[in-house]
Amino acid sequence: MRPGSTSSACAAVIRRDLTLIWRRRGDALNPILFALMVIALFPLALGPEPEQLRRIAAGVVFVALLLAGLLALDTLFRSDYEDGSLEQLVLSPHPLSLLLGCKVAVHWLTTALPLIAVAPLLGELLHLPGDVRGVLVLALLLATPLLSLIGAVCVALTVGMHRSGMLLALLVLPLYVPVLIFGAGACNAAQTGLPFLAPLLWLAAALVLALVLAPLACAAALRISLS
Amino acid sequence: MPHSHDSPDRRALLEGRGLAFSRNDEPVFGPLDFALHEGEVVLVEGDNGAGKSTLLRVLSGLLAPTSGEIRLRGEPLTLARLSPQVALLSHQTGLKHELTAFENLRFAAGLQGQRKGISPLSALAGVGLDGYDDVPVRRLSAGQKKRVALARVLMAPVALWLLDEPYANLDHDGIQLVNRLLERHAHDGGAALITSHGAYAYTSGTPRRIRLNRLFEDAVEGAVA
Repeated sequence: MRPGSTSSACAAVIRRDLTLIWRRRGDALNPILFALMVIALFPLALGPEPEQLRRIAAGVVFVALLLAGLLALDTLFRSDYEDGSLEQLVLSPHPLSLLLGCKVAVHWLTTALPLIAVAPLLGELLHLPGDVRGVLVLALLLATPLLSLIGAVCVALTVGMHRSGMLLALLVLPLYVPVLIFGAGACNAAQTGLPFLAPLLWLAAALVLALVLAPLACAAALRISLS
Repeated sequence: MPHSHDSPDRRALLEGRGLAFSRNDEPVFGPLDFALHEGEVVLVEGDNGAGKSTLLRVLSGLLAPTSGEIRLRGEPLTLARLSPQVALLSHQTGLKHELTAFENLRFAAGLQGQRKGISPLSALAGVGLDGYDDVPVRRLSAGQKKRVALARVLMAPVALWLLDEPYANLDHDGIQLVNRLLERHAHDGGAALITSHGAYAYTSGTPRRIRLNRLFEDAVEGAVA
């Protein structure tokens, strides 16, 4: 009798979640299309003046990605909770926080990363200057995993309740605001020629903290939700 | 007496002492004393709502008992020590409907490890689902889903099985199959605690029974027969 290794358990979680997302790819694509639509609609609604679009570009991209991530957040643990596989995760001999961290990583990979990959194009669409696009991608790379991790803790807290969507939004949004301010702030600073390193470093510091603490908080919250 | 059969040289695999659980100050079951030894199958009986499933969730470590203690091989239990030794089959089977039976079991094998000599495919064959490995679980019947969930338990490298209503949804062959699996597991030195609302039961030999009564009807304590 041998319990498998922790790395094979993590690999199993990642592999299963990616397969599930592939089988439900219609649903999984929804948040990404949502973000693309929001960003594409802004120039249509505001008019094609480059000056105006340039000013709001980074903020629009950030808000669109944040809301897209929020859309996909509720499904993070919901189906696992309902079909009992969350129980199996809790009962597995491996650290629950690590397994949940893998689930959050898959969430980030499938909702944020594709959008970050096309972020330079989205910047182009909104007339964002070329040198700021690099800062935008960097800020998104730091901010979106942070959003996924913070969101996961809130989802873990509310997963045991029915119709928790409203509560989840109320819990998550105040925590998302600082991330948004630092992320979009870095881009705005870069655009006006101000130093933009400080907000990015703040984001990086917060990300490191969240990478360590959020999975632990998630595990504790899920244990409470299951009891 | 609950402990009368305990001999000192035979330490119980799982033991409950004064075990009780209350939800929002309403007692669900207990206080309950019992011991489960290697090679033993114990049947937990009780009407609907008597707390059978809750008992299994407490014993698996998902819920903390309100009072009393659980001992595993004689030592007080913590979730970290328990989880590598127990497999739980609950009402929610933990299967993903979009994945095939094989993919579900492969995930379980990665998560919980697998018993020597048993692979996801041989476990499926062991529960009579030969050839169903690439069928999405969504297309299986309720009884077949139960069998896939049993295959997961069968594959787990653990000594203790906690099976909640393993007979539900199963046909006659399925019931025989569960009994055979339980017999083999007990023969190999494992132990199992299974719940049943009484319609079907473990038929090989005469298993010990824990009878749970609904506490709000008559304040009778659960007792080991």
